[in-house]
Amino acid sequence: MKKTGAQILCECLVREGVEVIFGYPGGAVLPLYDTLPQYPELRHILVRHEQCAAHAADGYARATGRTGVCLATSGPGATNLVTGIANAYLDSSPVVAITGQVATPFIGKDAFQEIDITGITLPITKHNHLVLNASEMATVVREAFYIARAGRPGPVLIDIPRDVFQQETEFVYPERVDLPGYRPKLFGHPAQIRKAAELLNGAERPVIIAGRGVIISGAFTELRELAEKAQIPVVTTLLGIGCFPETHVLSFGWLGMHGMAYANKAVNNADVIIAIGMRFDDRATGMVSSFAPKAQIIHIDIDPAEIGKNVRVDVPIVGDVKNVLQALNEQIVPKEHMEWFSQLEQWRREHPALSIRETDDLIPQYVIRQIYEVTRGDAIIVTGVGQNQMWSAQFFFYDKPNSLISSGGLGTMGFELPGAIGAKIGRPDETVWCIAGDGGFQMTIQELATIVQEELDIKIAIINNGYLGMVRQWQQLFYGRRYVHTRLWGPDFVKIADAYGIAALRVTDKKLVTSAIEKAMGHKGPFLLDFVVEPEENVFPIVPPGASLTQFIEMPHEERITRSSQ
Amino acid sequence: MEDKPGVLNRIASLFRRRNFNIESIAVGHSEQPGLSRMTIVVDGDDAKIEQVRKQLDKVIEVIKIVDITDEEPVARELALIKVRATPSTRGEIIQIVDIFRANIVDVAVDSLMVEVTGDEDKVDSLIELLRGFGIKEMARTGRIALTRGSAGPLLVEEPKEVKVLKQPSKPSPEEAESPPDW
Repeated sequence: MKKTGAQILCECLVREGVEVIFGYPGGAVLPLYDTLPQYPELRHILVRHEQCAAHAADGYARATGRTGVCLATSGPGATNLVTGIANAYLDSSPVVAITGQVATPFIGKDAFQEIDITGITLPITKHNHLVLNASEMATVVREAFYIARAGRPGPVLIDIPRDVFQQETEFVYPERVDLPGYRPKLFGHPAQIRKAAELLNGAERPVIIAGRGVIISGAFTELRELAEKAQIPVVTTLLGIGCFPETHVLSFGWLGMHGMAYANKAVNNADVIIAIGMRFDDRATGMVSSFAPKAQIIHIDIDPAEIGKNVRVDVPIVGDVKNVLQALNEQIVPKEHMEWFSQLEQWRREHPALSIRETDDLIPQYVIRQIYEVTRGDAIIVTGVGQNQMWSAQFFFYDKPNSLISSGGLGTMGFELPGAIGAKIGRPDETVWCIAGDGGFQMTIQELATIVQEELDIKIAIINNGYLGMVRQWQQLFYGRRYVHTRLWGPDFVKIADAYGIAALRVTDKKLVTSAIEKAMGHKGPFLLDFVVEPEENVFPIVPPGASLTQFIEMPHEERITRSSQ
Repeated sequence: MEDKPGVLNRIASLFRRRNFNIESIAVGHSEQPGLSRMTIVVDGDDAKIEQVRKQLDKVIEVIKIVDITDEEPVARELALIKVRATPSTRGEIIQIVDIFRANIVDVAVDSLMVEVTGDEDKVDSLIELLRGFGIKEMARTGRIALTRGSAGPLLVEEPKEVKVLKQPSKPSPEEAESPPDW
């Protein structure tokens, strides 16, 4: 049966199980928008800026583990997607981005709203494709979804000229995908797995570093089995948070620049490290040359290019985490590491990174902890980037995978609100909290309209310190307290919310924090809380840039005392 | 790699983004329809080369990558050199060209065009010798290479069905709809 390019695209989306598209219409994609009503199973969410379409698709993908889809028109619509696509790329999030393009005869003529988006997104997509004929549409879309999801997930962009949407052609759905150049290796090499098992079985001070790969692979039980069987402490990366219950006795927090001091010490003193589905990002390793100096490193990752990229690896295992761990667990001998754990517990006592200082001031750490208490940890937290992100990661405890959604690799301020929209649409029955800074919130504030239009029950907490807090903190600690352009005037967020028709409260008193959060939780529909917090509160511990993981700075002792005695 | 539009761009972009240095790059059809063979000369230590290999492998259209540095490959390069020639120097140039088993492919009043094929050293030494006469223009292809023996490691193990996407014929501007009007 003959169908138009736009119909073929929609048919393929339906067959891929797509239930929602985050998009924004425009001239080049009009034929597609005109076709959408024929496919009521494809729900369209109208965002207020294309960047947020990409972020929402990304948030949806992270919350559900499925592929998110975003849609924009040619030219500025497409370029606005770029930040969101890059964000998905850096955090290995499966997103298919569809852009309109000027009609094929106009390509290369600098036509109105023409931009070479496949050229622009080349280094930030796993793959991209300009569809030049409707007859290749089905194959391209099928391959795009396969590539986005398979192996290490990532964004794929499909650029479709306006006339290709309108071309009629025979619709044949390709039954299988054949990409001779892309066959991810899913099972680890048995000899390498044996070597890894031998190393772990002989280890005195082993540590697991678990990353987002564990979540993507869905290897929670396998990871838990490994940790419990061999009695290995689990440290996660920032994006790995939630892949292992943080309230578990074997959980030792997360490592890196703002990670727990005891997690960093554990990694630094380990004799065997098994790094699972993580990529030794510089924020996680600190100075690479002094990273885990005493350890032999086993690295499991599905992307061979990650192995040996940043850190020397003794036992590389390329494969899907779940498969590799299943094979590995069979060869693990149950063991106890009494001495190692007593050492770890001692560090945990000496460096209570997660205690909240006693004060009557409204401090952000307390706000996050109260959100944890009121929700009993049963919520999806979507954060911005900066201090609010680090406090959200530190003071909320995540027991379930995909419960912390945060921009890690790219560090995109403004991700929080559209990310939360995507998460809420993907998992409507979950409580979704968007934790924003006053800086990042103003970057995508327009999405409040989307929330109202789509009637999304999202709770928003603004950690409002009137600064670009993390940058200010760096200026304070590393640039002689010269606060250059980080003082940030903000609007009255309660009035803003009101103008959008969203219920809101401003909280300036510590005593009212809990009741405000309870009120937001009890409210049916979106609710915004503007927490006006201590302006110069810092994130501790901090490993200064370029320093090794053990050179962390903790909250100054005198500050702890003087502040708490006030 | 698959012979598809934009592949060269992907690879060039990858080298720039990952901060790898390309010494030379040469691409053309291979023995299999739909597949191209690219010969890239990269300078770097083992770790760097390993990263180059792995990163290239992530490009979807790339089918196979082999580091043939230690395989004693046959590597050849072609150069066209336009060298200044006067009646008094022409004979000498022709002698040098003969020694190198190169060819004179074009003769003009005041210049000769020399075509030379060989490994990089041979091409380099000929250029060095001709430099004294004055090189007006020069073009080099960069190296292409194959491993020795009956079957090289470059063969794709199981010949796969490779889809060759037909380039759609573009409608002429007259056939096209009205100019973009949004």
